[in-house]
Amino acid sequence: MQFDNLTAFFHMGGYAFYVWLSFGVSVLALVLLAVDAMRQQKVLFNAVEKEQARKVRIKAAQTETKQNRLDKQNMSQNEEVTHEP
Amino acid sequence: MWKWLHPYAKTQNAYELCRRLQPWFVITALITFVVGMVWGLAFAPADYQQGDSFRIIYIHVPSAILSMGAYSAMAIAAFIGLVWQVRTAFMAMIALAPIGAVVTFIALFTGAAWGKPMWGTWWVWDARLTSELILLFLYLGVISLYASFEDKHQAGKAAGVMAIVGVVNLPIIHFSVEWWNTLHQGASITKFDKPSVAPEMLWPLLISILGLALVMAAIFIRRLQNEILRRELNRPWVQTLVSTAREK
Repeated sequence: MQFDNLTAFFHMGGYAFYVWLSFGVSVLALVLLAVDAMRQQKVLFNAVEKEQARKVRIKAAQTETKQNRLDKQNMSQNEEVTHEP
Repeated sequence: MWKWLHPYAKTQNAYELCRRLQPWFVITALITFVVGMVWGLAFAPADYQQGDSFRIIYIHVPSAILSMGAYSAMAIAAFIGLVWQVRTAFMAMIALAPIGAVVTFIALFTGAAWGKPMWGTWWVWDARLTSELILLFLYLGVISLYASFEDKHQAGKAAGVMAIVGVVNLPIIHFSVEWWNTLHQGASITKFDKPSVAPEMLWPLLISILGLALVMAAIFIRRLQNEILRRELNRPWVQTLVSTAREK
């Protein structure tokens, strides 16, 4: 190590403010970029799941209405039969 | 080569490749970046003129070089997208843009924090600094142009043209220190001659450049996957991918 002790290291030969400001802001910016990418992944995975659930619901609703229509048809047919003299 | 490359134009293959590469990039990026920073900050000898303030070089030069490198990569992606109509290339372009913008910001910021103790000023409107600032605006332009289109195919084409036109700024940045009088020093590494930096200072610098490049690559890989997911939300392969990932 170029410095005698940790205090000298943090002091940076009198340029502590500029050196640590540069490195601090740079690392912070990169960390924020990485964190944002990971957060986006979570958001998108949730969106995909939501979309999946929506599709399942639509499918269920469609089969339900189809079933209802069939039931109604059957009923009306039955009624016709019962109205026969 | 085309036979090998072409399958990755398909988003599913590109996603799979990124997913497999990601852990390797994250690990090597963290190791190389930390080694470069610690070596530069603690073990490289102090400059005989600038003392310890010169250590800012270990973040300033890598970010400055790679801000231009990322721009070239982004422009190449835009070119591929425009010429061969590859959707995935536009996704790569827009995944790169914010990374490039942040790295350009770092180059400008660290430059200012280095300029204050050495030149006595945070900022001067000279050629090198101004052209690098224009690079930041070009990145922001590409990002906001892409965001302003509802139809993302149109967005990719418009932002792609802007990215390609902006390439003219890269040689201006590089040669600005030779063409105009400037406070900024000339090139020490990126020239055809031998680098004019002592080896004990040069090695940590080269490792810092590699480290930052790997960090950017690792973030890029994740961002590209996100971009693919965003565009292919309704595809069956995305749905199976997410459900298998959740089961694990």
